[in-house]
Amino acid sequence: MVSPNTPETPGGATVPSGAPRSIHDVVIRLAGNSQDGIQSVGGFLARLAGRSDQDIMTYMTIPSTISGGPSIFQVRMGTGDILSAGDRADMLVAFYQHSYDAHIGSLRPGGVLLYDSDHVKPAADDNRFTNVAVPITSATVEAVGGTSKDKGKNIFVLGLIARVFDLDVAKLAALIKERFGGKNEDVVRNAMLAFDAGYAWPQNNLRDLFFRFEAIDRAVATNGRPQVTMDGNIALAYGLITGGVRHGAGYPITPWSSIMETLRAELPKYGGIFVQCEDEIAAVSTALGFSYTGQLAITGSAGPGLSLKMEALGWAVMAEMPLIVVNVQRGGPSTGMPTNVEQSDLMQAIYGSHGDTPRVVLAPKNVEDCFYIAIEAARIAREYSTPVFILTDMGLSSRIEAFDEPDLPKLMVDAKPDLSDRGADFKPYPRDRLTRHAPPGAKIGSGKYPTVTGLEHDELGHPTGSPKLHMQMTAKRREKIKALAASLPAPEHAGDSAGEVLLVTWGSSWGPGREALTRIRNAGVKAGHLHLRHIHPLPNGLEQTFARYHKIVVAELNDEGLYGFGQLTMMLRARYANPSIVSVTKTDGLTFKVSELVAGIGKHIESTALEASAGTARKSVLANG
Amino acid sequence: MSSAVATPPPPAGAPLTKKALTADHPTWCPGCGDFAVLASFYRVLEKLQYPHEKIVTFAGIGCSSRFPYFVNTHGGHFIHGRALPFAAGISLGNDDLHVFVFGGDGDGFSIGGNHLVHTARKNIRMTYVIMDNSVYGLTKKQTSPTSPLGFKTKTDPTGAIDQPINPMRTLINSGATFVARSHATQVNHMVDMMLRAAKHDGFSVVEILSECVEFFEGAFDAAVPRKGGTWSLIDEKKHDGTPEDEKRHDTSDEVAAFKLAQQAWPGSFGVFYENKTRKTKNALEAELVVKAKERTKNAADLALLQATFARMR
Ligand SMILES: Cc1ncc(C[n+]2csc(CCOP(=O)(O)OP(=O)(O)O)c2C)c(N)n1
Ligand code: SF4
Ligand SMILES: [Mg+2]
Repeated sequence: MVSPNTPETPGGATVPSGAPRSIHDVVIRLAGNSQDGIQSVGGFLARLAGRSDQDIMTYMTIPSTISGGPSIFQVRMGTGDILSAGDRADMLVAFYQHSYDAHIGSLRPGGVLLYDSDHVKPAADDNRFTNVAVPITSATVEAVGGTSKDKGKNIFVLGLIARVFDLDVAKLAALIKERFGGKNEDVVRNAMLAFDAGYAWPQNNLRDLFFRFEAIDRAVATNGRPQVTMDGNIALAYGLITGGVRHGAGYPITPWSSIMETLRAELPKYGGIFVQCEDEIAAVSTALGFSYTGQLAITGSAGPGLSLKMEALGWAVMAEMPLIVVNVQRGGPSTGMPTNVEQSDLMQAIYGSHGDTPRVVLAPKNVEDCFYIAIEAARIAREYSTPVFILTDMGLSSRIEAFDEPDLPKLMVDAKPDLSDRGADFKPYPRDRLTRHAPPGAKIGSGKYPTVTGLEHDELGHPTGSPKLHMQMTAKRREKIKALAASLPAPEHAGDSAGEVLLVTWGSSWGPGREALTRIRNAGVKAGHLHLRHIHPLPNGLEQTFARYHKIVVAELNDEGLYGFGQLTMMLRARYANPSIVSVTKTDGLTFKVSELVAGIGKHIESTALEASAGTARKSVLANG
Repeated sequence: MSSAVATPPPPAGAPLTKKALTADHPTWCPGCGDFAVLASFYRVLEKLQYPHEKIVTFAGIGCSSRFPYFVNTHGGHFIHGRALPFAAGISLGNDDLHVFVFGGDGDGFSIGGNHLVHTARKNIRMTYVIMDNSVYGLTKKQTSPTSPLGFKTKTDPTGAIDQPINPMRTLINSGATFVARSHATQVNHMVDMMLRAAKHDGFSVVEILSECVEFFEGAFDAAVPRKGGTWSLIDEKKHDGTPEDEKRHDTSDEVAAFKLAQQAWPGSFGVFYENKTRKTKNALEAELVVKAKERTKNAADLALLQATFARMR
């Protein structure tokens, strides 16, 4: 099975039926309706991969309408590093005719179409795929018995997939029992009946399909710690808890809600509190109130809610109050495409609000990084007494990945408010030092209690209209963020350290970016890949890196705007005044496919003088992705 | 402005006096009703004798919201209309504190109206003093949500045409558990109302009619006897079993409170409503923590987190 996602894999030889063929990775797309439980199939596969040292990446769309709507779950699993969800599917499981109609285009020629013959009639004249007809609905009803409902179809399909890909049945059975174990025994038994029926399905051409993942070099693959499996929002929520955050406030909105739901359920166990507020303005205000008591708090939302928080954010910058603000970006503006991904809130995160409001903006690169970036955000917010944005996105929020279990004892932060007495020389806004607020409850030696304020103020927090003080305090707020910039590590760089092109990505485009790098370098392009996690402030020294490439191509999931550049590209061009910085942007609401990045880079570099030396393989890759 | 020389702190254990509580000199116009509210608040704090460092004075934006600068306690000046949700964070973040919020009628009933309703219904423990001058003072005479019909302002040059809100009705209806009304010319009454509000375990509100001499002179004369008005105090039930007591106001009776709130201008002053039984959100959240800790057998944070990750393997 030659996956288009790993084109370098040799393959194509016919293997006698029944013998497992070795594959590197596979992309399976399950298409049905949201109530069919296809997400849970994806979840089982993800957790199985996590327990098998296989790498895993999932991609999920859930309709924002509550139930019944079409829904897909795409899972890519395999050996070694899996960095993106896969451009095209190797196998499509179609539960309904509408699933078939909408998704057959995503199946690569030569791929496997597995469909429920009770509901789907594939086009008779289409012989591009290996078609496998299984009466999923009736076979499930028969297997589970005693009911005419088709509940359990998902588990039946899981059995089929386990058979086709020679998955570890014992581990899967254990996962099913764990998942349904809390319910009554019938539920577990029915699930196992459905699973076994799927696994044992006798269809002839199903037996011909039989794949096994390449053996993994365990010594290389494991670091001794087990893998954990979760989505980006859950990783972020637990990152916050690990980083010592115990307080927060929010208002529901897709795709942010699961962070607040998780924190609402979890924080009381840690002695904390998460408040559901009447709106996003109240939420940011309450979070700031928590922070003022010396307990760094988190608020969050998606774009529309972030817009509501902006005035209070200006206050947080002026009053120098630490705060974590999460934006799980979705397609905008307005209600836009609430269940699609976009990176179009970057400028809002950097410049939103009013006045000169320097603050910090971070963006996680994958699910694992959602965990680590939350810890870093908490540290920065406390250390610099500043609001810190975490710009994640719809793609990361719902994607399930397996990653090495973090070293929790080492990472855990115990952050109690500092209510100790402050000396007589205490100043809330010292000009020569970073602000460290004295929370209420702390005695002040001078007997003069501080006022935190949104008015321009002197070092003691008294309002001032002095132009000189406004300039000095504006500089204080700016310089502390510049001090942070100087402390940032160099961003992750891969590939050639100089050459024709440097691909720059941020946020969830890291994985596709890294795969695109491999693909263009295999095609003979001298190229590097730079990934930015610290978006604002940018780490120092990027200009030297940029200078070593002819073109710097910045990939962003937002519009090219009035001037032909994405939002980060605008920032980089403004900062470095380097005309070689250009954009690849798109607004289809989906994460980057590797082929889109490669073709996007191709457009920028094939028009240069270097083209003359280009071979035909290179030309074809750069033109077609 | 900041004074270069810090006054020596009072010796530990010394009573909290007006002197220790005084901060910047108020920037209000001479004659503004807010001065009397401030003077009364000093007296309230002198009577309460809370530990100095545990008092928090917060506000939104407006003339009245400058209040925290004039009180030497921990405190702050937030954004227009949002002081209540900020104060909710303070109150829920540290149960040890005594949280006072000050603001105007525009701040509280207009831009902050939604927050007022929800802070009240959640019964978050704090004391909120609304200094109602029935006009926007800081922005120089626009119509406020309590401006009476016909009042001429810069935004209603021919007189206000929108029905004003009834603060007492709004507050009782929102679920505030202590609702009182006072007048800036009645210092003893203000002190009494704020003192009772501070001692109330829950969300307590005192609306104080506080004249803006600059933009709405004489607004509340109807309740000032020396200007020919009537000062009508609420006669609270004493529960002494006497026949006179039958007619007195039962502050725990919501319907009676609504009836009082319906009186013709200038109405009555005193405690309209008081609910001593409804739990505060502070208490309810603390119960959630206790229950959660029981379920997890008081596991330490790290052990809890490790167990959670083990389940995600
Ligand atoms: C978001 C926002 N909108 C408008 C303003 C301008 N503004 C400041 S105070 C105020 C009204 C003040 O009226 P009130 O709350 O009654 O206080 P007063 O000055 O009368 O004491 C307005 C509209 C502001 N500061 N912020
Ligand atoms: S404008 Fe009115 S409310 Fe403001 S300080 Fe002057 S008198 Fe007081
Ligand atoms: Mg007013």
